[in-house]
Amino acid sequence: MNQATPMIEVTNLDKFYGAFHALKNIDLTVHQGEKVVICGPSGSGKSTLIRCFNGLEWHNSGRLVIDGIEVYDGAKEIRELRQEVGMVFQQFNLFPHLTVLENLTIGPMKVRGISKAQAEETARNYLERVHIPEQADKYPAQLSGGQQQRVAIARSLCMETRIMLFDEPTSALDPEMINEVLDVMVELADTGMTMVVVTHEMGFARKVADTMVFMEAGQIVEVSPPEQFFTNPSSERCRLFLDQILAH
Amino acid sequence: MQDFLKKLRWPDYLIAAVLFVFFGYIWLSIEGTLNYKWRWEVIPSYIVGWHSGREEYFANLLLQGLAATVRISLYAGILALILGTILGVARCSSNLTIRMLARTYLEFLRNVPPVVVVFIFFFFLSQQLIDALNLERWARGIARQENNQVWEFFFGEMRRFPSLVSGVIVLALFESAFVGEIVRAGIQSIPKGQREAARSIGMSRIQELRYVVLPQAMKKVVPPLANQFISLIKDSSILSLISVQELTYKTVELVASSRMIFEAWITTAAFYFVVCFGLSRLFARLEKRSDKR
Repeated sequence: MNQATPMIEVTNLDKFYGAFHALKNIDLTVHQGEKVVICGPSGSGKSTLIRCFNGLEWHNSGRLVIDGIEVYDGAKEIRELRQEVGMVFQQFNLFPHLTVLENLTIGPMKVRGISKAQAEETARNYLERVHIPEQADKYPAQLSGGQQQRVAIARSLCMETRIMLFDEPTSALDPEMINEVLDVMVELADTGMTMVVVTHEMGFARKVADTMVFMEAGQIVEVSPPEQFFTNPSSERCRLFLDQILAH
Repeated sequence: MQDFLKKLRWPDYLIAAVLFVFFGYIWLSIEGTLNYKWRWEVIPSYIVGWHSGREEYFANLLLQGLAATVRISLYAGILALILGTILGVARCSSNLTIRMLARTYLEFLRNVPPVVVVFIFFFFLSQQLIDALNLERWARGIARQENNQVWEFFFGEMRRFPSLVSGVIVLALFESAFVGEIVRAGIQSIPKGQREAARSIGMSRIQELRYVVLPQAMKKVVPPLANQFISLIKDSSILSLISVQELTYKTVELVASSRMIFEAWITTAAFYFVVCFGLSRLFARLEKRSDKR
């Protein structure tokens, strides 16, 4: 793991929704191969932050550099950037009018201009990796939530992404399906992918994270390695939050 | 039938009686006061006539009109679908100017009576277009040719081609506003996450629209579009005002020459009803079938 190469560099970033200060003075660096897990109460700006990382939201001030590309509203390179940065959503957001295979190939074919045969080969490879090669010809609605989310992960991977963003990937899933998705994410982490994950799955965080980030009210309150984060967090707010979600 | 009769209560009989008296009164006033002579037996010959000289059947006024109405509706429907889709997409554009232009066009059409709109489109647009393209002379040229059956099949009498084009353009422009609203609603009904997912794999706005949003939106808007198409058929009767020789125009002509006011209009109403009701039943059935899948 080459810790020297920064993949995501956030400096002094601020974001407003009208008068609402959604992100306040965010500073964060994610290195190549690093796994960062962001947690915090809802409305704290976790999702907004990672949505800035692939230009689904724009920051108002400060600097955001991803893989050497400066991100700002209207940046010409934003489409190239999005091909490098995969995003997995809470609600899966698979394309319901396309089969699983078509969901995976449409990006590579239409955006990267790869031939159909080659795109399908890649797609089947990744379906294998998320353990559902037999579902290729079904439509998303025919799959369970866990399977759909795994297809969504594969769809991002098919773009040969270098960074993967996960926006509460298991929050919309029934409990018995959470693990199959987390397993795939752990395997993905083992391949050395750079990952930023917004989640409340602390078991996953403990297993995978290199860095834990705690956010509250649009601010980063704590950044620390997991050992310290879970046993001895420096901020009181973070301790309270962990008590709440780990209580059961 | 037995069940139906059993369900009737005294208010039903009262309503039936009132209706009976009402129509009886109208009937009596036509028969008595106007001294109207019904000539239903002549109507069929105005649908399909017999040419005694050439000894063959030919499509007479009413059938000609119906054919023209069907043609115009079809072409205008297709054109309105294309224009309306563009308009609907424009209404959702991120560009303010484009959005405002589309909105202006729509509000104009919504707030000006259809007849006025039709006249304005006719004089300001389609007339100018026909002159500019020299369609009049071109169509006359084809009308003089020997082998123009194919042309006539698709466009009717070629000497009337410019007026058909006018009709199609005017009707399509008029209906495109409503199609545009339907398409806009369809586009906006697609969850935001779909667009975000498309963007997150690097699609451009056009690709996002073409591969993700429109295919889903179009599926959703088929039922309302089908209804709009039925409205379009009915609205086509307004074109008679700009001398497009469709069913209503032909009926006016028939009434003027034969004085069969009641028979002609009842027949024409029946034509429109059969076409529109038939289509609406057909669409309903198709919809049910596609729901099942």
